[in-house]
Amino acid sequence: MRSPQLDVRGIHKKFSDRDHTIEVIRDISFQVKTGEFLSVIGPSGCGKSTLFNIIAGLEPADAGDVSVNGQQVNGHTESFAYMPQQDLLFPWRSVLANTTLGLEIQGVPLPEARQRAGALFEHFGLAGFENRYPHTLSGGMRQRAALLRTVVQQRPILLLDEPFGALDALTRMQMQEWLASMSTDDGWTVLLVTHDIREAVMLSDRIVVLTQRPTVIAATFPVPLPRPRRLEVIADPVFVQLEMSVLRALQPANPL
Amino acid sequence: MSLLPSSIIRSLPALALGLVVVLVWEVCVTVSGIRPQLLPPPSLIVAQGWAFRELIWLNTVPTLIETAAGFTLAIVTATVAAMIIDFSATARRALYPLMVASQALPIVAIAPLLVLWFGFGLLPKALVVALVTFFPITVGWVDGFATTELAAANLLRSMGASRWQLFWMVRVPGALPSFFSGLRIAISYAVVGAVFAEYVGAKNGLGIFMQLQQNSFRTDLVMAAVAMTALISIVLFIATYALENLMAPWQAEAKDASPPL
Repeated sequence: MRSPQLDVRGIHKKFSDRDHTIEVIRDISFQVKTGEFLSVIGPSGCGKSTLFNIIAGLEPADAGDVSVNGQQVNGHTESFAYMPQQDLLFPWRSVLANTTLGLEIQGVPLPEARQRAGALFEHFGLAGFENRYPHTLSGGMRQRAALLRTVVQQRPILLLDEPFGALDALTRMQMQEWLASMSTDDGWTVLLVTHDIREAVMLSDRIVVLTQRPTVIAATFPVPLPRPRRLEVIADPVFVQLEMSVLRALQPANPL
Repeated sequence: MSLLPSSIIRSLPALALGLVVVLVWEVCVTVSGIRPQLLPPPSLIVAQGWAFRELIWLNTVPTLIETAAGFTLAIVTATVAAMIIDFSATARRALYPLMVASQALPIVAIAPLLVLWFGFGLLPKALVVALVTFFPITVGWVDGFATTELAAANLLRSMGASRWQLFWMVRVPGALPSFFSGLRIAISYAVVGAVFAEYVGAKNGLGIFMQLQQNSFRTDLVMAAVAMTALISIVLFIATYALENLMAPWQAEAKDASPPL
């Protein structure tokens, strides 16, 4: 049995200004095991990104704890490699220099950082683009470069926040299939935040469905399909059934 | 290099328009028989400017030095001020209104005082140049720093970056395009600032040269000095693009960062 690597317990978050208090997250707890791919899916405005930032250590929670391997890491970023919605490749850095950014900040000497990131370019389908500027890359390649920048930091848990939201539908599907094989082959522990049901079912071992604000967990679905999954899996009856179940869990007020 | 021909082609409309203006001017002056002390024809300005080229050049050098000194002072002051403003919200509230107020000071009133305080040397001129140019450069930096997205700051924080690393790795390079816009606005004031400061009191320089020639009714030589001032401004303006291409080569590659001249 795999041990829980990430333990999120009793997270609560409110935002207040002078006249109003908005309860964004009421009570969220879940665990992610080593090598597990967990997706968190919820309606827009449900506080997914807030939850994500709390886990990443970028925002404080009002209550609750985030633990990694039994160690409480509230407000600490070191355990997580974070990939935000936009690729955020900096235009003044070459693709290689963008991917070494995290290592440079950690104090890894530049030649070693270049060597470590450079070694992954082939694996990420970016060979030959090391010295190009980001604007010369396609949307899919930019996203792969952003993921390379995330993975090369070699942190225990990958946090992906709607990583393919900005891509066109076809590229998104290709990227999902690619990520499915990458994450399985390399045994990544991943927490993915998304609002794309198909993406969640395609990639995950388990799916956590969130409610509207104030957010709690509406349902949790295991995905009983072998990984890595190819694109053809979307026609599998189990896949279709699961998509429907997740959709129902997302819209309890008006059942289909 | 295909750079030169294309830049000449781009300058053609400006050159053609300039030529038309000069021709109309020449014809009007000749036909109307107006006295050259009032309005000299371009041909006279060019001929006399050339005849007095050594004197004009001798007066151009101090103006260039004052411009360079004042502009350097402005860049340093503006960069330091912008960094202070960026790092502290309190400093921003304290400094920004004062800076705006400094731009409302009538230079006509301040420049004689500066000469009174600091004499006829380089310092009062450099101060006038700095005073009229530091503000656009500061605004360029401050606005440029403000373009840093929250998401980018979060990404750097998640990597464990310090505030200083975030500043050097993201905020400064991200602010460069805006800085250069400010720099271009500032440079167009710089030479005029130096000339004006000399006008108030100087041993030599284009400003004092213009005043002396004006007093002896040599309008043609005044105009020749004006043409020199314009020429310097244009050259400096183009130089900012060269500097931008050097400091921010990704900009040049991403968009056409060549001067609109």
